[in-house]
Formats: sequence, structure tokens, C-alpha cells
Amino acid sequence: MPINYYIFLSVTLFCIGVTGVLTRRNAIIIFMCIELMLNAVNLLLIAFSKMHHLALAAVDANAGINAQIFVFFIMVVAAAEVSVGLAIIVMMYRNTHSVDVNFLNRLKH
Amino acid sequence: MSTTQILFWFLSILAIFSAIMVVASKNPIHSVLWLIAVFFAISGHYILLNAQFLAIVNLIVYAGAIMVLFLFVIMLMNLNADTEPQKNKWLKIAGVIAGGALLLVFVAALKNADLKSQIAQVNKGDIGLISNLGFALFHDYVAPFEISSVLFLSAMIGAVVIGKKE
Repeated sequence: MPINYYIFLSVTLFCIGVTGVLTRRNAIIIFMCIELMLNAVNLLLIAFSKMHHLALAAVDANAGINAQIFVFFIMVVAAAEVSVGLAIIVMMYRNTHSVDVNFLNRLKH
Repeated sequence: MSTTQILFWFLSILAIFSAIMVVASKNPIHSVLWLIAVFFAISGHYILLNAQFLAIVNLIVYAGAIMVLFLFVIMLMNLNADTEPQKNKWLKIAGVIAGGALLLVFVAALKNADLKSQIAQVNKGDIGLISNLGFALFHDYVAPFEISSVLFLSAMIGAVVIGKKE
């Protein structure tokens, strides 16, 4: 598969995630759109790792394995991030009885 | 058109459609379910790229654990009804235009990139198999692997401290 296809697929998914963050006001859906952007980047990293592997397979049999390890660590960090982020959303719901991010404008006043 | 290409296009269209539905659906439960569909499509892409370990980890960690956590929080807050209040329509249109403009910038920047000869290897290559990845993880990347356990511990303590009723 040409790498172009993967680049455009990842860019499209990333921009859908950006659009979701900009348009929605439900904090949980904003968080889910951030996960969508993370996954778009992961997909692009793995496509590039396979591209690199094909280009350098004759020199180094393990070329490109670093990107897959990197994606693994991104998943680790994302799991930790989700647990803390959802705890923050639960705390926000307990204080304001809503998950609408527009209620969080007290710093403005 | 080979089977791999048909699968690629099917999974791409499924991923993009599901991602649009994540943003567009009113009910947060439906958003979570569509996001699970996106993760399944991306895992299918990983299998096509022969990154089998990451495909399974993606399914278990994202579609299994993280999405259940989201569903759990939505259930605890009783958000399954459409609770999002009426909002400014222009703000929504502006968000869509801004996202589309970002997509336009990316596509315009990458359209003429000299990548035509670069091929991502599909169905072949064994760097994504669990034996090679496991060897690299426990041979070259032992220190980050151990440090990630400290990260998990701090995340767990943080979640407990934040979620605790004072």
C-alpha cells in the first residue's frame, strides 16, 4: 500500500477529532475525540514503521521496530491519562452537576 | 483489486464514517459505541500491516478497558439522555470550518510530497510479531518499561486522590 493512503487516512481521522473537540461541549465527548486523535497518530506511526522496514530490511532485519515499541508506550501513557482525566471529569460533575465545559468559565470573572 | 486493497478501503471507510458518527451523534452512549467501531477498524489496519501484537493490545486496552471506563462514567452520571443544552449554532459551524481548514492545510501540504515511491509493507514483515517486539521491549527498552509502572502507580494514586470525597 502506498504510504500516501495511510497519511491521508490518519490526517482525516485527526481532523475529525479536532473538529469534535472544537464543536462539542460535553467533556466526555471531547475526551473521546482526543483518544481518536491519539489513535490516528498511532496508525501513522505503524504505517511509517512498516515503510521504514521495507526500505531497510536488507540492512537491518529489525528496522522499524522502534516505532512499534513507541506506539506501545503511547498506549501505556494513554491508559494512565484516561484514568486521571475521567477522575477529573467525575470531580467536575460532582461540583457543577454537569459535564458541559462552558460552565467552567469561573476564571473569566 | 486484490483482497488486501479491498480490506484497506473497507476499513478506511468504516473508520472515517465511525469517526464522523462519534462527533455527530447526540447520545454519549452512541458516541462510545461508534468509537469502539473506530478502534476495531484501526486494529484491522494493524493486522493488515502485520502488527499483530499492537492490534491485540489496541483491542484489549482501548476497546476493552478504556471504553468500558467511559461507559462506566456515563452510566454513573446518568448521561444517557440527550443532556447537552441548546448551543450557539454559529459556534458549531465555526468549529467545522476550522477543522475542515486544518484538513485542507494538511492535504495541500502533503499532496505534492515526494512519497509516491514509498510503500508501506502489508501482509509481510515480522517486526510486529510478539516474539520480536517482546525481545526488543525487554532487551533495549527495559528501563522505560519499568518506569511506565511508576507512571501507572502515580496515575492510580492521582485518580484515587482526585476522585475521593473530601
